[in-house]
Amino acid sequence: MTYRIPITQSDLQAYTDGQLSPKRQREVEAYLQENPDAAAKVEDYRLINESIHDFYDPVLQESLPAHLKVQSTGARFRQWRVAAAVLWLGLGGVIGWQLHPVVVTGPVDTLRAQLVNPAAFAHVIYTPEVRHPVEVSGDQQTHMAKWLSKRLNTTIKVPDLTEQGYELVGGRLLPSTDRMAAQFMYQRGDGLRVTLYSRHGAWDNKQTSFQYTRQKNTSVFYWIDGPLGFALVGDLGKKELFKLSESIYQQLN
Amino acid sequence: MMSRHSEQVVDYIPHLRRYARALMGNNVLAADDLVQDCLERALSRLHLWRRGSDMRAWLFTIMHNLYANQIRKISNAPAFVELDPDHAHDQSSAEQDLEVRDVQQAIDMLSPDQREVLLLVTLEGLKYQEVAAILDVPEGTVMSKLSRAREKLRSIMQLEKPNRLRRVK
Repeated sequence: MTYRIPITQSDLQAYTDGQLSPKRQREVEAYLQENPDAAAKVEDYRLINESIHDFYDPVLQESLPAHLKVQSTGARFRQWRVAAAVLWLGLGGVIGWQLHPVVVTGPVDTLRAQLVNPAAFAHVIYTPEVRHPVEVSGDQQTHMAKWLSKRLNTTIKVPDLTEQGYELVGGRLLPSTDRMAAQFMYQRGDGLRVTLYSRHGAWDNKQTSFQYTRQKNTSVFYWIDGPLGFALVGDLGKKELFKLSESIYQQLN
Repeated sequence: MMSRHSEQVVDYIPHLRRYARALMGNNVLAADDLVQDCLERALSRLHLWRRGSDMRAWLFTIMHNLYANQIRKISNAPAFVELDPDHAHDQSSAEQDLEVRDVQQAIDMLSPDQREVLLLVTLEGLKYQEVAAILDVPEGTVMSKLSRAREKLRSIMQLEKPNRLRRVK
């Protein structure tokens, strides 16, 4: 069979990608019948397409990480999931006011007063401790989780940061401004410690993106997830602390 | 209240993530950083988006520009010269010695522009002319890059020998 227009490499590509006109597609099909080499090539292209889809399509089903989503406070709005940073960069103009109702849960000051500051303070108090850094040590993790869940009246899970190189030292119960709080301490191989502080607040059952603040060398990532507020404190760079926060967030969800 | 248009942006996040993940060699953090940058830029410039035009193409154009900037930065940094994919991937003999375990590793061996063309066509199912518009190159360039990418993958994955074929689930 001869073809009015010769079949080219581009035709084989477009055939694979379903981008030919029906007429040209029939011509290519006929050509492939007679040319096993070309047919094998197209089959390989198809396999490549398939394996790329097999490998990466599951990403579509993954739940979004915290920094890529934000929850609307208004029940009649659907749950907006946008880059958290967008919110906090305070985008100007139209976007600024459009995003406005998504804002956290109340005055940022409340979060600072009830979550960030007490978390940072508890971090400073307990991390230098040599003999009594924690109340319950990490080897009694199950007991600790049970006990703190009971005292805080909510399910408390203890995140595992071993994969990131941090071992659980243990945890303690703390008085916070108006409620109780739990603090978990983790330690890196070189002795550096980070603490995770968690408590209820007036923000119950809201959700925020990760927020970041820094005082001198101490960085804090804090967020609200359901009934609990979380603050991760450490004398670490933003990136490193963020990685830990993200892992914690994922483990608790 | 959020506009219909920002809602549309949000709907494409999973697609942007999938594409970014494949671009960044399955590195979740780097990929999501790229997505986050893309979203920030898109939402801050939503007023520049032409109403009625293809939102997906617009978002992928933004992502392409960010990615291209990253690649440029890497190739401009003297300390990372050996990581410049354009140079690293010319070593086809070294390539052949490598045991390629999955399609992600094979994709990593493509040059960044080949990778982009292949992924936009394959993963997103975009028309060649749409890809050309996103990458701001002629359609013929898209076709030739696509062809080179596929032929390279074929040889890397040794598809011509069926017993060496590794398909990844």
